[in-house]
Amino acid sequence: MKRMAMLVAAGALMALPLAPAKAETPPDTLVMAWQFDDIISLDPAEVFEFSAAEIMGNTYERLIGYDVEDVSDIFGVVAESWDVSEDGRTITFQIRQGTKFESGNDLTAEDVVFSLQRAVKLDKSPAFILTQFGFTADNVEEKIVQTGDYEFTFEMDKAYAPTFVLYCLTSTVASVVDKDLVMENDVDGDLGYEWLKTNYAGSGPFAMRQWRPNEAVVLERNENYAEPTPLTRVIYQHVPETSTQRLMLERGDIDIARNLGPEEISALESADGIKINSGDKGGIYYLGLNQKNENLAKPEVRQALKYLVDYEAIADTIMKGQVQVHQAFLPRGFLGAVEETPFSLDVDRAKELLAEAGLENGFSVTMDTRNTPDITAMGEAIQQTFAQGGVQLELIPGDGAQTLTKYRAREHDIYIGRWGPDYQDPHTNADTFAANPDNSDDAAAKPLAWRNAWEIPELTEKTASAVLETDPGTRATIYQELQKEVMDTGPFVIMFQEIEVMAMRDNVNGFVIGPSFDANQYWKATKE
Amino acid sequence: MALTDTAGGGRTRALLSVSGAFARFAFMVAATIVGLLAVTFFIGRIVPIDPVLAVVGDRAPAHVYARVREEMGLHLPLWQQFWIYVRDVLHGDLGTSVLTSRPVLDDIARYFPATLELATLGTVFGALFGVPLGVLAAVHRGGLVDQVVRVVGLVGYSAPIFWLGLLGLLVFYSQLGWVSGPGRLDVTYEYMLQPVTGMVLIDSALGGDWAVFKNAVSHIALPTALLAFFSMAYISRMTRSFMLNELSQEYILTARVKGVSERRIIWRHALRNAVVPLITVIALSYANLLEGSVLTETVFAWPGLGRYITNSLQNADMSAVLGGTLVIGVVFVAINTVSDLLYRLFDPRTR
Repeated sequence: MKRMAMLVAAGALMALPLAPAKAETPPDTLVMAWQFDDIISLDPAEVFEFSAAEIMGNTYERLIGYDVEDVSDIFGVVAESWDVSEDGRTITFQIRQGTKFESGNDLTAEDVVFSLQRAVKLDKSPAFILTQFGFTADNVEEKIVQTGDYEFTFEMDKAYAPTFVLYCLTSTVASVVDKDLVMENDVDGDLGYEWLKTNYAGSGPFAMRQWRPNEAVVLERNENYAEPTPLTRVIYQHVPETSTQRLMLERGDIDIARNLGPEEISALESADGIKINSGDKGGIYYLGLNQKNENLAKPEVRQALKYLVDYEAIADTIMKGQVQVHQAFLPRGFLGAVEETPFSLDVDRAKELLAEAGLENGFSVTMDTRNTPDITAMGEAIQQTFAQGGVQLELIPGDGAQTLTKYRAREHDIYIGRWGPDYQDPHTNADTFAANPDNSDDAAAKPLAWRNAWEIPELTEKTASAVLETDPGTRATIYQELQKEVMDTGPFVIMFQEIEVMAMRDNVNGFVIGPSFDANQYWKATKE
Repeated sequence: MALTDTAGGGRTRALLSVSGAFARFAFMVAATIVGLLAVTFFIGRIVPIDPVLAVVGDRAPAHVYARVREEMGLHLPLWQQFWIYVRDVLHGDLGTSVLTSRPVLDDIARYFPATLELATLGTVFGALFGVPLGVLAAVHRGGLVDQVVRVVGLVGYSAPIFWLGLLGLLVFYSQLGWVSGPGRLDVTYEYMLQPVTGMVLIDSALGGDWAVFKNAVSHIALPTALLAFFSMAYISRMTRSFMLNELSQEYILTARVKGVSERRIIWRHALRNAVVPLITVIALSYANLLEGSVLTETVFAWPGLGRYITNSLQNADMSAVLGGTLVIGVVFVAINTVSDLLYRLFDPRTR
């Protein structure tokens, strides 16, 4: 019986409250729960993932910035001013004086030139945003040249639309790194790459202190930044399970939950001490119809499928508050974005079109569906409405990397995807939805149009011409035409634009949800 | 007594058996690891996931993609890739994880202690409760304790650990507030701790940091309870059947006839013999937990080995997967060897 007594005692001990009665994060620290296992590097020359981009946006400064409320408003950040030469091929930038890096070093034109050259030379995934202006590792030292302590020139191979160039310079890859600090950590001429992947050399409002993969990212106030941030510290905690994020937010162990789904958000809407903030993001949800599939290659079938999605129902109920109906390839807020939504669920119209294509009895087709909650929910809804039109849709679930591998090899029938712009200029999406320079299997460029085997020499040419159009009005018109053409005839059922939703404690203020992840800003955020 | 003249021989025999066990262990480790590596390596190359994607992402231009593919050695024939990998492993280099940008060895040193801490506590508590419960259930067959063991076993076998974990969080963390939430420590304590072993409980106790220790206990309590519950369900069920088997043996009858007290019969005679197969059961359950319980780690945001390997596998980050597999292989062999040694201790027939 001694044992029994011990058991009871142990049980009683285990039931003792171990945690403090009220959980609360420190008042000068913002704690966020976020799934950030996509981070593979924190070197701005390499960062191309959502989570890392957000961290870069708050820790590094770029040459140019834009107003998150009105993307058309561009202004200098590291750059104070710029002049475009008469032939339109060279831009001379003046650098703002008096900026210091977190290390204490002065930020000069030397750092800017080094940073841009470094990104081109390292040639990581996002480097094309710069190299599309004609730079290569071999010529960049002659093309991007320091001409004074606070002045440099940027010489391109063609006279590109100035807006195009400037928008590209707002992206993460154009962040300015601390040349001296980076080169102190250069190993065998790697331009500090191995070191900067997990370290920090910037001048932004926050300094990156620690990245522990799958655990935490810790940012601290950069004391050298012109306007010190109200918060001392920002901590991202990796919490993979969304229901766990919700519990932590309710309990007050975190200030912001970043990955909640529509149901969790609805449940929190009326909760005490919690508020919901949201903002438009540039992500586009679409179906890619592989033109190698003979049914999907018929123009009437492509049209018919666009009438077999219940856009409203998905946006209003299944994905409530997290997407809005949007059917053009440029997200709202972009130059020339088309906001019309000509398609809605119309089963009769779809059946007519299928009959015209000789498929009055419908057909069967598969769709590769990522096993994330949003994509799965949409996939299931689409499966139902397709069936109403006689199209038997089989969903093939898979992990992200797995479905993507298949998509990139053009081995799918239909792929349900999400595409986010790489930078804020319309060319980024036009170049993937409306350009396909080479449709052969071993093509060098593999834009979305290629992945769906859509051969479009004329559109490709038109897309290429748009970047050289200096008049913004004319440029916008070209993009509108491109979007309408893709909307009408393209192998893309463009459905929704993403909305980012965050649930936060109601004492958190000033967190700005920008149109892209690198424009989510919290350097003015406070907790009261 | 003949003790004196057999002592020397006994010692030699013991030494021989220890060195024999060691040689066996070394051989088993080597064989297991080579086999594991080969299988994992080739499976990793067959899965329809492009490993280059984890490095360059979806947007990289073709020439960047091609360059990285070459840097990763993926253009070489499979056997050559395997050879290079094994050669590096033999030099103590497990490669670099593309997902964390860190050497796999560093990652494992970080994630394995988190799993080890949780699995050890889970098994200790599971056995501490499971064995006595199983014994009592066997003794009072059909009684209250037996029914409890049956229900616990049923829930333990059928309830998804994921669901039970969330339920536990909802009740004990969110509603009652008895324990702290997911993660290993509160954010405020995260920076006060100097990692020595990587196990938060031990590190904080070593540093005499009792506030941190208390916080760590309140974080680990719930996931431990959950894992302990599942291993208890298994251990109590097995203990019960081993005990029933022993209690029906003739030596028990003999003992009873001789008038040995019932308590002595149960705890000294029957349990002593049931312990031998129990060692295997407990060792297996421990080894299972040491693989990392992916779902528990996910619900509790626990940065353990299971989630590390799963995440790496989903992105075809093969250096990380192979490194993790290697650790698990070694752990399995080690646990097997230890349970073999324990067998010798408890079962004279195996000596």
